[in-house]
This record gives sequence, C-alpha cells and structure tokens, in this order.
Amino acid sequence: MDTLILYVVAAVGLIFSYIKDKKKTTTALKKAWKAFEGILPQFISVLFIVAIALAILDTATISRFLGSGSGIWGVLSASLIGAITLIPGFVAFPAAASLLHEGAGPIQIAAFVSSLMMVGVVTLPMEIKYFGKRAAIMRNVLAWFFSLAAAFFVGWVVSL
Amino acid sequence: MMALIKRYRSAIIIGIAFVLFLVLFPLWRVKAINSILFQSKTMLLVIPPIFILLGLLDVWVPREQMIKYMGSGSGLKGSILAFLLGSFAAGPLYGAFPFAAILMKKGASLTNILIFIGAWSTTKIPMLLFEMAALGKRFALSRLFIDILGILLISWIMKLSIPEKEIDRIYSEAEHID
Repeated sequence: MDTLILYVVAAVGLIFSYIKDKKKTTTALKKAWKAFEGILPQFISVLFIVAIALAILDTATISRFLGSGSGIWGVLSASLIGAITLIPGFVAFPAAASLLHEGAGPIQIAAFVSSLMMVGVVTLPMEIKYFGKRAAIMRNVLAWFFSLAAAFFVGWVVSL
Repeated sequence: MMALIKRYRSAIIIGIAFVLFLVLFPLWRVKAINSILFQSKTMLLVIPPIFILLGLLDVWVPREQMIKYMGSGSGLKGSILAFLLGSFAAGPLYGAFPFAAILMKKGASLTNILIFIGAWSTTKIPMLLFEMAALGKRFALSRLFIDILGILLISWIMKLSIPEKEIDRIYSEAEHID
C-alpha cells in the first residue's frame, strides 16, 4: 500500500520534471542509477545476512520468545530479536497482535516492535557506508537502549 | 575489473557464507531461500521510486534552498520539516540512508538528518494506522509519543558526542555522491 504511494509520487515527480526540463530529468535518472549502484554491494550483503537471520529466527521461534518470556529476560530477548530481524510492519503487526491475544505481555511486544523499527543490526553495512562506523553503531546502540525504555512506557500505558 | 571485485569483496564473501549455510544446515535451507526471495522482491519493489526521488531531489533542489530550510540555522522549522519528510516516507529504514546522504550533500544539518532517519523508522503515518488497527490505539499512540521523544533525545545525544572532525568527514563522504 505505502509502496504504491511511493510509486505515484515518483511518477508524478518524474513527469513534472520531464515536462520542465528533459535534460535535467535524464541527469536525475543517471544520478539515481549511480547512487543505487554505489550501495549495491552493501545491499547484496544485507540480503544474505537477513535471509540467514530470518531462517533461524522464524515466526515460530520469535513467538516462543515473546510468548513465554515473562519478566525482564523476555523483554530483553524480545528487543534483541527485534534489533536483529528485518520484518515489514504489515507482517510484524498482525503477528504481534495474535501473540498479544494469546497472552504475551504488552511490554515484550512493545520491546519487539520498537527495536524492530529503530534498530537495524542487519542493515548496519549500509548505514556504515553513509554515516561511518562510529555514528552508525552509536545510533543503533542508543536506539536499542531507548526501545527498552519505550517498551516499559507503552506497557505501563496499556495497563492503565 | 579489479576495482569492481574489490568493491564487491564483502558481498562475495557473505554470499559464499550463505551457500555454506545452505549446505551445512539443511533444516533451515528452505526458509533461508524463501526469505531471500521475499526480501529481494521487497527491495526490488521499493528501491526504484526511492532512488528516482533522490535523483530528482538532487537535480532540482538547490543547495542554498536546502541550507535555508534544513541547514544548521533553520531552527525549529527545519526540524519539523525533517520530521514530516521522514513521517510521510514509505519503505523500510534502509531506504532512508541514501536519501539522508543526499540531504547531507545538499547541506541539511546533522540534527535534522538524524530526526529524518528517526521519523522514517518509527513515525510513518501509513504504518501507524496499520499498527492502531492491529495492536490498538492505546498501544500505537503511546509508542508514537515515546518514540518521538526518543528521536529527539537520540539526535541530541549524537550531535553532542560525535566530534566535529567526524561530522566533517561524514559530510565530505556525502559530497562524493553524484
């Protein structure tokens, strides 16, 4: 759904640009290709890493951690799994919802959702390419700690 | 040719490791192959419009304008703009990085770049509606509220603790993208 919006925006932009200036539009497309080719090696690496991570941490494994994992260890493992995996929201949210109905704690679910969104261990090669090791690792570490704090806050609000 | 191999070296090494993984762990073989097919499909679907948009941005938005609206002197207005830009974006977080690099190249401030990435990762509007439907309003809205604080906190801490020299280095890297 949101991908469709993206295509519409890109298409409209491209048409406007083409009407205004053909030469500039060609340059834009050339730049787009060059930028893509520049990050392609990291893209490919990330694909392989994600495939391995998701093969080991499949939905059943994740549910086991989030479902039974009560207490602080459950929250920690939920946020670690969220940090490593790369699952689109439209897959993750329904899965998280069914876990919630099956009795998983909201804090664990919130830890998983927050770290899934903010932390990207498998996409680190790409982030490092643009931001350097120091900034990329720092952002992910900070985001991971923050996702724990966010989890307790969300858990508290939901329990009110 | 040598330069090409050198650039793709780590991708090749990880690819070999992936094949080894498939050979050594037959139990996970099908899942790994399914997941690489699914992820490639997602990436191939999401990537073209993102890169086209960043190409257009690079060509049409003059540097002076970007500095004016999102540079270090842009204040609250720049941060709000960065936040909205990230929130209305679509696609996984890895789509935000090349976009952020173009914004840097054009002179957006580091704080605003970090706000943009944070917003892209956690406050996307279409995803939020979906989250509300799946996990409830209370869950989604409280997560949104705390994550907005988190985005600001993280960009503030990073801005303060990354040395000026490293920031300059990251920016000069972004200059080379064209």
